[in-house]
Amino acid sequence: MGKKVLVFGEIRDGGLRNVSFEAIAAAKKMADGGKVVGLLLGENVKNLANELIEYGADRVIIVENELLKAYIPDAFSQVIMQVIDAEKPDAFLLGHTAVGKDISPRIAAKLKSGLISDAVKLEVDGDAIKFIRPIYSGKAFEKLVIQEGLILATIRPNNFDPLEKDASHTGDVVSMDVEIKDLRTIIKEVVRKAVGGIDLSEAKVIVSGGRGVKSKEGFKPLQELADLLGGAVGASRGACDAEYCDYSLQIGQTGKVVTPDLYIACGISGAIQHVAGMSNSKVIVAINKDPEASIFSIADYGIVGDLFEVVPLLIEELNSIAVK
Amino acid sequence: MRFKLTEEHEMIRDMVRDFAKNEVEPTAAKRDEEQKFDRAIFDKMAELGLAGIPWPEEYGGIGSDYLAYCIAVEELSRVDASVGVMLSAHTSLGGWPVYKFGNEEQKQKYLRPMAQGEKIGAYCLTEPGSGSDAGGMRTTARLEGDHYILNGSKIFITNGGVADIYVVFASTDQSQKTRGITAFIVESDFLGFSVGKKENKLGIRSSPTTEIIFDECKVPVENVLGKIGEGFKIAMMTLDGGRNGIAAQALGIAQGALDAATNYAKDRVQFGKPIAEQQGIGFKLADMATNIEAARLLTYQAAWLESEGLPYGKESAMSKLFAGDTAMKVTTEAVQIFGGYGYTKDYPVERYMRDAKITQIYEGTQEIQRLVISRMLTK
Amino acid sequence: MNIFVIMKRTFDTEEKINIKGGKVSGDGAAFIINPYDEYAIEEALKLKEEHGGEVTVITVGEEESEKELRTALAMGADKAVLISDEDLENADQFSTATILAGYLKDKAVDIVLAGNVTVDGGSGQVGLRLAEELGISGVTMITKLTVNGETATIERDLEGDLEIVEVSLPLLVTCQQGLNEPRYPSLPGIMKAKKKPFETLELDDLDLDEDDVQAKIKSVEIFLPPVKAAGKVLKGELSQQVNELISLLKTEAKVI
Repeated sequence: MGKKVLVFGEIRDGGLRNVSFEAIAAAKKMADGGKVVGLLLGENVKNLANELIEYGADRVIIVENELLKAYIPDAFSQVIMQVIDAEKPDAFLLGHTAVGKDISPRIAAKLKSGLISDAVKLEVDGDAIKFIRPIYSGKAFEKLVIQEGLILATIRPNNFDPLEKDASHTGDVVSMDVEIKDLRTIIKEVVRKAVGGIDLSEAKVIVSGGRGVKSKEGFKPLQELADLLGGAVGASRGACDAEYCDYSLQIGQTGKVVTPDLYIACGISGAIQHVAGMSNSKVIVAINKDPEASIFSIADYGIVGDLFEVVPLLIEELNSIAVK
Repeated sequence: MRFKLTEEHEMIRDMVRDFAKNEVEPTAAKRDEEQKFDRAIFDKMAELGLAGIPWPEEYGGIGSDYLAYCIAVEELSRVDASVGVMLSAHTSLGGWPVYKFGNEEQKQKYLRPMAQGEKIGAYCLTEPGSGSDAGGMRTTARLEGDHYILNGSKIFITNGGVADIYVVFASTDQSQKTRGITAFIVESDFLGFSVGKKENKLGIRSSPTTEIIFDECKVPVENVLGKIGEGFKIAMMTLDGGRNGIAAQALGIAQGALDAATNYAKDRVQFGKPIAEQQGIGFKLADMATNIEAARLLTYQAAWLESEGLPYGKESAMSKLFAGDTAMKVTTEAVQIFGGYGYTKDYPVERYMRDAKITQIYEGTQEIQRLVISRMLTK
Repeated sequence: MNIFVIMKRTFDTEEKINIKGGKVSGDGAAFIINPYDEYAIEEALKLKEEHGGEVTVITVGEEESEKELRTALAMGADKAVLISDEDLENADQFSTATILAGYLKDKAVDIVLAGNVTVDGGSGQVGLRLAEELGISGVTMITKLTVNGETATIERDLEGDLEIVEVSLPLLVTCQQGLNEPRYPSLPGIMKAKKKPFETLELDDLDLDEDDVQAKIKSVEIFLPPVKAAGKVLKGELSQQVNELISLLKTEAKVI
């Protein structure tokens, strides 16, 4: 039987995040012939509705209110609860992003329902939806089902392929008026720190440095390579502990877990705790002086050499290709 | 009989292990290379209460026991034997004789700051002409008014130059041989105290080992430790306990080398499988682990005996003898397992092997331990 | 201040994971306090040092968690509570949050601190669910916390950006790396830990029964990721290797 799946359309810097399109694709699979309904919250979001439809949503609900301009947990959860109450979806999907992680447990608690966080895959088995998610930061996986009530899940960015964008796909866009009151948190300020605006969890390419980078300065060529590939820079715990870079860049079991298409590990030995955070990347390249470094055992391609020689060569070569 | 650490001992072990891994290990190779003692590490240890583990709270200590102290030395030595011996010499050689033989005033004045880690302790027995045979001591002390005047020099002093308080043995009556030896508490800023040559050593290179020179060094009479002429007994009894600290150090070194070798053997693939799965290496690891476990039981037993107030002289000699030999054997095998890489400074096992050697030499050579043990058997 | 920390015992992050009989096997594994919970403990102790009050650490989990709770006491927490029940074997985040709420509901809570996520289950739900259950504000991923009377000013990590929010107490926060540097339990702390109050509770003690905490989620299977075969280590001159790598990434892996 077809399901009605509500998908949270997440907006960042005025645009929809990729993970929301990925969520639509996942929702489509879950709906199994049913409807996929997009949900957009913000001050002025109507213009984005069509994009959700082009990526596969059958309908989009928009809730516009100046209190929804930025993510405020109380405001968003009140709206979502009212939308769920009105729409009665069978399932609700969000991206496993800062906002998705923050809002989904609140909704789950209010509904007293289960929540599957950070799913990387799903299987439709008759009426049941089975979600697969990493545990121990990807050292193992578990397959889960929600036993009753709303199927609520967040999906990890970069793990579901979005549907082909289809400009001919049409759907209704409906506005909903929702009451928002008693906000307990006040956002005073947001300080932009993210480098180049590419978040590690969504980056398609990550160039990552370890102790072998040796200094703050040492990260410069890595940043250059990341910029060239349209990616972001990450780091191992060793590099963060040595204060070569900010903890927000740390990848590993403590730190971020990432699954980019391409992960370039520079001067990273491959400690278990780091590997847990990146081993599910699609393609791993290791650059390390030490031929015995355990990173080579999980790398698709390895270069044994000094990262300070290899990375500039890579930059040079990529630049020369770009010129051609 | 229960072969399980108490929860408290386990917590102490976990804490020191964590501390050693985060605060000591990252700089161990560099300090070894540069022969650099880092007081900041000792200060951090002191903040956590590691400087006075077995001493009662009334003397600024923690009020724990010798087993906890041995565990701390073991865990530190597991990443850096130089830091392990620093704590061992400070506690067993600097603190212990003051705790056992000091009067109340001396304990408050000297044991308390050592226990709290404001001061580092050391022990001056060995001389160029008398090592294991302390009877041939040349350093003298003569009474002048309310001071003893010390003359002579001591060598191979662990924590030399970085310690603030030295327990020094000198002859107050050379005709009496060992019965003419007296112990003194000497502060590093006493007139006539100076630090001589620093040894450039094979191992434990970031633990300073120096000569200590007494040139008309003025020591107040109230700094006589124990009774006049009781020094030799104090020295020997101090070494009984100190040996167990060295056993703990050797144990830590061996365990650190085994950990490194095991991890390497699991990762290193030759002829299509990890070398750990090749019997030649697998059996080596098994023997190493078995010896270490035996050394640990001996060491913990001796520490437990001392904590319980039971005789432990024979057991601590046995633990030092066995753990020291084990450390040497295990570290040599660890280097072998690493092959060519093990011989380089890119991996820590060569440092472990260099550090292990001293545990067969100091606080009584292995030959002296055998002497101690055999005498106890036949007395 | 009445400060509570919810914490969990987890596998050491250096441990490899083995599965036996469909479950993750803890045989021979080393356990630690979930690293993010250590930030919560440290922050709680700092709050106490600044504002006075009492720090209570709470775990819902197996009996072995006593050791980690004692470690928190050794770090300086005042009281520990372990809620353990054999009916909890299949608990999920809903169960845990319900139990914690059952314990905390009649306590005069000023602030609850939790880790941002655990390094085992990694769902990051329990803290926020608990805040909802208790009807108090919840702020996640905090990297700085300043309490001023009845309000708190908080810096939070927003995917690399920094958000500054203001919120009234009572409050629940989840702690992110960078918030503080957790202290080691000191030896005197370890010696004192065994004398501190340690309460062990079961569901009955909280007026809860099995049905109240029935898990909403069911685990169907636990499995290890496929073993990744070691790839190609390139050979030749460094510049040749770089060229080869780029062409492999373009043509074989198709990622650039």
